[in-house]
Amino acid sequence: MPVPADQYFFIDPNRCIGCESCVQACSECDTHKGHSMIHLEYANRRESPQTLPVVCMHCDSPTCAEVCPADAIKRTEDGVVQTARKPRCIACNNCVLACPFGVPKMNVRQELMMKCDMCYDRTSEGKRPMCATVCPSQALFFGTREEIERLRPRSRPINEFQFGFQTIHTKVRMMVPRETVATHIDVAEVLCHPDEGSDQEDAMLAAALCELPIVART
Amino acid sequence: MAQPPTSRVNIIEHFGPHLAYAEGTRLDRGLTPDRLVQTHCCFCGQQCGIQLKVKDNEVIGFEPWEEFPFNQGMLCPKGVKRYLQGSHPDRLLSALKRDPSSPGGFHTLGYDEAIRQAAERIGQIQSQHGNDAFAVLSGASLTTEKTYLMGKFARVCLKTPYIDYNGRLCMVSAAAGNKKAFGIDRAANPWSDILGAGVVWISGANVAECAPITTNYVWQARENGAKIIVVDPRITPLARTCDLFLPIKPGRDVALFNGILHLMIEHDWLDHAFIEAHTVGFESLAESVRAWPPARTAEVTGIAERAIRKAAEWWGTAKTSFLLHARGIEHHSHGVQNVLGAINIVLASGRIGRENCGYATITGQANGQGGREHGQKCDQLPGARDLANPEHRAHVAKIWGVSPDELPQPGVDAYEIFRKIDRGEIRGLLSICFNPLVSLPDNNFVARMLDKLDFYVAIDFFLNDTAHRADLVLPGSLHEEDEGTVTQIEGRVIKINQAVTPPGEARQDWRIIQDLAVALGRPHGFTFAHPREIFEELRRASQGGIADYSGITWEKIEQQHGVFWPCPSEDHPGTPRLFEPGSHNPIAKGAGPFYFPDGRARFNVAEYTAPMEDVDAAYPVILTTGRVVSHFLSGTQTRRIGPLVDQYPEPRVEIHPQLAARLGLGDGEWTTVTSRRGEITVRAQVVKTIRPDTVFIPYHWAGPKSANQVTISAQDPISKIPEYKVCAVRLSKAAAPPEYATQLERQQ
Ligand code: SF4
Ligand code: SF4
Ligand code: SF4
Repeated sequence: MPVPADQYFFIDPNRCIGCESCVQACSECDTHKGHSMIHLEYANRRESPQTLPVVCMHCDSPTCAEVCPADAIKRTEDGVVQTARKPRCIACNNCVLACPFGVPKMNVRQELMMKCDMCYDRTSEGKRPMCATVCPSQALFFGTREEIERLRPRSRPINEFQFGFQTIHTKVRMMVPRETVATHIDVAEVLCHPDEGSDQEDAMLAAALCELPIVART
Repeated sequence: MAQPPTSRVNIIEHFGPHLAYAEGTRLDRGLTPDRLVQTHCCFCGQQCGIQLKVKDNEVIGFEPWEEFPFNQGMLCPKGVKRYLQGSHPDRLLSALKRDPSSPGGFHTLGYDEAIRQAAERIGQIQSQHGNDAFAVLSGASLTTEKTYLMGKFARVCLKTPYIDYNGRLCMVSAAAGNKKAFGIDRAANPWSDILGAGVVWISGANVAECAPITTNYVWQARENGAKIIVVDPRITPLARTCDLFLPIKPGRDVALFNGILHLMIEHDWLDHAFIEAHTVGFESLAESVRAWPPARTAEVTGIAERAIRKAAEWWGTAKTSFLLHARGIEHHSHGVQNVLGAINIVLASGRIGRENCGYATITGQANGQGGREHGQKCDQLPGARDLANPEHRAHVAKIWGVSPDELPQPGVDAYEIFRKIDRGEIRGLLSICFNPLVSLPDNNFVARMLDKLDFYVAIDFFLNDTAHRADLVLPGSLHEEDEGTVTQIEGRVIKINQAVTPPGEARQDWRIIQDLAVALGRPHGFTFAHPREIFEELRRASQGGIADYSGITWEKIEQQHGVFWPCPSEDHPGTPRLFEPGSHNPIAKGAGPFYFPDGRARFNVAEYTAPMEDVDAAYPVILTTGRVVSHFLSGTQTRRIGPLVDQYPEPRVEIHPQLAARLGLGDGEWTTVTSRRGEITVRAQVVKTIRPDTVFIPYHWAGPKSANQVTISAQDPISKIPEYKVCAVRLSKAAAPPEYATQLERQQ
């Protein structure tokens, strides 16, 4: 059975709380038990808790498959790009290097490229992918266009990406805010400013250290 | 008893924590489970619905349960990997007896013999030193049936007033504040009311990590147009995208709430009709907050005045709103005052008791709610009845078949039990589902007190860190090995279903308690054959009380996906939203929505006092503590689950770059954090997401990684909650990595 044509996968990094439920749940999926095919990246933990879940975008013309010398990577008719076929994959790493989204992983022990296949065992049976089902903030969402429009009036889905000269269309949609993009905040910038008129840097420091007596350096 | 029977390293080598990963059957592909059991997560107070896959009496995985309305299939990483604790190599399969000559410090003994010995020692202590010389420490992760049985066991079988529970460390400040203001202690609303709120105010709650499913409710509210205000000393993952972030200095929340109310009054952002009709005490409260103009509020809270003004305006002018708080405002030596401050701004807005307008504390533990309603709290009887109230005593005594005079009077809180051990008044202790050596503040004191006991018996399914010091350990049951009910964050009573049977000589906890009662020669009232029978008695015991469960049946829970209490009769559907006009209220009886005889809510003057230990030249930095998403409380379970440990293997101290620079500390460097009580050496995590005068350490670890070596045992005078969220520390670069980094496995 194919993945129902009206069901889409949406990613909303703005909602991601870095909990790794998706990572933990992915390794429970029946096709690649014990291995997680999704990973989580921190944008810059020093600056912000912003995280980004990375799953396969299931490109319409998958670069991973295009660069595969062994023709091991198949895209199903319903647009799901699969893990490399075991008998064909020669573990050359071309796909790993070429994927613009940094998705495929080489399973060195099995000499096999493995990647997210959108929980094909589940989605082809009408279930939702494991990661999108469990994601507690619904940063990963699987459903219809109507559902996402109703649930996310403040953002819109995009599926066209530009990498240098390469334009990529994907089956997976990325949600982007319609208006503002969240900015990083430094706690010190929003603290009390005892001396609001003065130079920003000094005021920040003074505020930060307002009840802080001399701290010895060691 | 004295010190642990052998070194910590030896005990750990034998009893763990060892890490469990999926292996064997659990990795088989395409395996068809024998059964899918619909139940709930064993961890936090949200109690997500989950289906456990069972094959041959083993839980081999999970399947999301999308029909359960609260979480609709969503789970945090703990829920996803919880199934790995069944069939764990550290699982206790038989009773253990302290034995310094044995390599692990304990030898096994038969279950019946262990029960006999435990009863003999309890009997000796009580006949020599009186019934009050034996105490019970119980837990809020137990099913409501078990917590009911524990309260009854302490008072009817042991005849001791000394029982308290680990909910004492969790949300008792909220409970006390709620009772003072509303007359009832429960979240006022179901979470679905968050979705339509115009403003969501979140104070002291790291929602994304401690109550991850709630994130979706908050962000869905935001999509629907809500403004989100977050008050926290750290930019938590949810605060990152809030609309207004107020980085409060730890321990000053009541000042902020008073300052907000000051501005609400100044700008007349009040619901006069509501205040007039449904409350008392506004005048004196208004008088008290005159002392909180924005300038002073800013000075005390460390938040910019303009941000305070904006928050007051958003809150004051909202049409609908929801206020959520959690341990961040409750874990203080004035936690109840903080909670009262929060409730005051809710009541002044009049936005409670109707759709999309609400208030709630975020329950921390699995059964934090049900666990405190039915009698294991030192001052309460089932149905949230008061142990000191003669009528309440008479009702419960009748159900229990004893005379009211036989019931002990209220006891003391969990920490005070240790102080009584210090004074030699308490000489024996039974603990279940409580790990005070990790979870209580100033735990070096707790360790000394455990060593002072004549006899300590622990019931657990893993050898927790406190049980290292036990004389006897009785092997209890895992969550999936028993059935019963719990009451989750919204006040919804739900059903835990049994998936597997306990292995080896392990027993369901309620059986262990009953076996002890029989061995003590006092079996009367402890002859239940099944948790359902306990629930039936609990229904009667709670009847007519505030927490009235009498109309709830196990069948109704399954049909309705949970029943909200109060539910006074079998044809009553339950009460999702409190304080609605006409809703069931046994106290006001139609006089008004709130649970006082006149039906009116109480405004309470919320007094500001600084935290018990403020910073000074010797200890110039504020330490605050909390959780991370992949671990749960004292980590007895989650520090044994490999993938969760890998996600967050060790505690780190979060430090702002400005403070780190002043101290000469770099990211990842070993840092010693010292207070007047102890010290801990952990790696620094230098981040701009914390106030520069504050550092943060998560508390889930034991031994040398335990944050509670440093925290202070100051307690709120009303709720007796400890002040985990503020103490004074100094930081320095560690001369060398701590011993644990080189000797022990990283999860320990
Ligand atoms: S995202 Fe990468 S791995 Fe996935 S289909 Fe596109 S190129 Fe291939
Ligand atoms: S489960 Fe969702 S919120 Fe959590 S890390 Fe994954 S994408 Fe982010
Ligand atoms: S720990 Fe809490 S949020 Fe996580 S799965 Fe369990 S109940 Fe749900």
